[in-house]
Amino acid sequence: MSSPRDEGWLIRVGLASCGIAAGAKEVYNALSARLGDKGLGVTLKKTGCIGMCYNEPLIEVVSPRKERTFYKQVTPDKINRIISEHLIQGKLVTEWAVPDEEINRLLAKQQRIVLRNCGIIDPESIDDYLAVDGYKALKKALSTMSPDEVIGEVTKSGLRGRGGAGFPTGVKWGFARKSSGELKYLICNADEGDPGAFMDRSVLESDPHSVIEGMLIAGYAIGASQGYIYVRAEYPLAINRLELALADAKKAGFIGETILDSNFSFDIKIRQGAGAFVCGEETALLMSLEGRRGMPRVRPPFPAQSGLWGKPTNINNVETLANIAWIILHGASVYSKYGTEKSRGTKVFALAGKIVHGGLIEVPMGITLREIVFDIGGGTSSGLELKAIQIGGPSGGIIPASLMDTPVDYDSLTQTGAIMGSGGLIVMDETSCMIDIARFFLNFIQKESCGKCPFCRIGTRRMLEILERITEGNGKKGDIELLAELAQNVKRASLCGLGQTAPNPVLTTIRYFRNEYEEHIYQKKCRAKKCHALINYTIIPEKCTGCGVCAKYCPVEAISGEKKQPHLIDSNRCIRCGLCMKVCRFDAVSVGSREENA
Amino acid sequence: MSAAPWKAKVDDIITQQGRVKEVLLPCLGAIQEVSGYIPQPAISYLQECLDVPSVDIYGVITFYGMLTTKQQGKYVIRLCNSLPCHLNKSENILRVVERKLGIKAGETSPDGKFTLETVACLGLCDKAPAMMINDKSYGNLTEATTQEILAELNG
Repeated sequence: MSSPRDEGWLIRVGLASCGIAAGAKEVYNALSARLGDKGLGVTLKKTGCIGMCYNEPLIEVVSPRKERTFYKQVTPDKINRIISEHLIQGKLVTEWAVPDEEINRLLAKQQRIVLRNCGIIDPESIDDYLAVDGYKALKKALSTMSPDEVIGEVTKSGLRGRGGAGFPTGVKWGFARKSSGELKYLICNADEGDPGAFMDRSVLESDPHSVIEGMLIAGYAIGASQGYIYVRAEYPLAINRLELALADAKKAGFIGETILDSNFSFDIKIRQGAGAFVCGEETALLMSLEGRRGMPRVRPPFPAQSGLWGKPTNINNVETLANIAWIILHGASVYSKYGTEKSRGTKVFALAGKIVHGGLIEVPMGITLREIVFDIGGGTSSGLELKAIQIGGPSGGIIPASLMDTPVDYDSLTQTGAIMGSGGLIVMDETSCMIDIARFFLNFIQKESCGKCPFCRIGTRRMLEILERITEGNGKKGDIELLAELAQNVKRASLCGLGQTAPNPVLTTIRYFRNEYEEHIYQKKCRAKKCHALINYTIIPEKCTGCGVCAKYCPVEAISGEKKQPHLIDSNRCIRCGLCMKVCRFDAVSVGSREENA
Repeated sequence: MSAAPWKAKVDDIITQQGRVKEVLLPCLGAIQEVSGYIPQPAISYLQECLDVPSVDIYGVITFYGMLTTKQQGKYVIRLCNSLPCHLNKSENILRVVERKLGIKAGETSPDGKFTLETVACLGLCDKAPAMMINDKSYGNLTEATTQEILAELNG
């Protein structure tokens, strides 16, 4: 066990994927070298994601008096100054520190249950997890509660599946418990794949033991003896940390035979996906675990009756499982105080897209979308008007700015035509074209459809073709109606969640942005200036100084002109990448509708 | 003929977990990782060891995006083509990589050094546009940083 470190300075470095991709490893190594030869008595600690991904690489300096300061966008060359001014002289380096207002604003409306340890403990240390009451819930469950009591507690908490569908977790466990059979399986679904979603990745990278503890308690409750974590191969760091955590938990006696001297025995294996989105669907996941093509199968029988190898199987999502230990330890009544009547507790969201504070947040259910996007997220990163948000990935939908007062709970979100989904929330401003977004998702679905159901396989292809022709300026009268009709058919005639929800992005964009569809079709106009076939880049001769920078950067040599003379863009060659506009220092490049600029 | 590098890995997995069909995907994943693709002899070997018809093995390989029977480059570049990356103009990054390497998405360079793929979400949405090269993640890509990263690997 590590001794509590009350004395001295502590520096935490965020080393989840978000930090590492921004260069946090280099910062950690530099700090380690620097602190090593200084002998300052500073504890340097690796930690996961604190949620302020937009500020990475992020380090947290904790003074001996427990005052916490976050430094943002730290690079190795900033370290010397932080150490000499903050740690030695005791003065904050204010220009690099994250201002208190910003932190307060971020945290004021958050409630961290799933993320309770993220960014605080070292995910690679079981001692760190034990120091924050880790595995206490397991002890409590095994020594003082019967499996039925555990299920009762989880049911009472009101926790619903966080993978998207929102089925009550306790009820699901009850089904699996009641299923007859000696051998039962418990599966953690970590095949997170929705575009814009990275909650599960962050939890696994930052606090893997909390998921393992949740699995152990769930296994005990339903009477399973074997657990699997099905994690996508695109998350190598999460897999690494899970493997380490499993090995440590085994060594400590939390996994294995007669755990903590009870008569409960449980083992956990990790299985990696291999790049198939549909495997997040539970029956497809089972097929994949069995070593087959990940194609969904008909329900019933439900996995609770006949799942992996025909045995009773319970499948829960990462976030759901990360809630369990907290609920058992603190009690269902404390948990169910958060949230709304039908949607209890908290939800983790990954904020991405055109937002100032992109990252990971956890909020009580019932908070409004406006509070998430503006109060916590800080509004649009471009400063432009918010146009819409996309929630729930390809199964979800687009919610327009006018509905930002919608509360975040399962039922209110379903009413908008979107779904709660797994927690990806993508913010879009005026420069996002709604038809382009719908096309994007359909293209994704088209690639990821397993091909079993003709409507999902072919219907989405036809829908994609219609959307493509609309964005290319070849839309026809009747296209919108045809899209809507196909959408309904795909929904009705698909076997699994992927096909049943695939048309949602199209249906919600038609519902809220029909005028944009009409503009594309009838006026050949893209108001977001996104659809390449409908826009033109031109140079304003009065503003152009003939500096030639745009011509230098143009990747297809579409810009020509004499030095110090206004330049010209050859529209036929131009690929509309917008680079010229970005590099021009005189605002001399404009983008407009094809007609206007022709 | 000396034993292929993937064979040890496959034997390892089978010794640890048994000759069951369940290990097919882990075995294929390991072969893919060691060899960069799944060679024909490996398929025959699995067919024999696990008693699975080769047609089923091909079926599994073709279903999963990360498995392939085509030789991959030393560096596999996976450029994220997810919505947040799309909103942050990932297509411009794709163009830079394509131009710099002289290959299109889905292709491998003639010298066997690079394979370029566009993939669904890498979960690095807060750092869009993002890519992975083998196991390393890169975020907040610009035309300039992408060129630097490629130049370093080429150097």
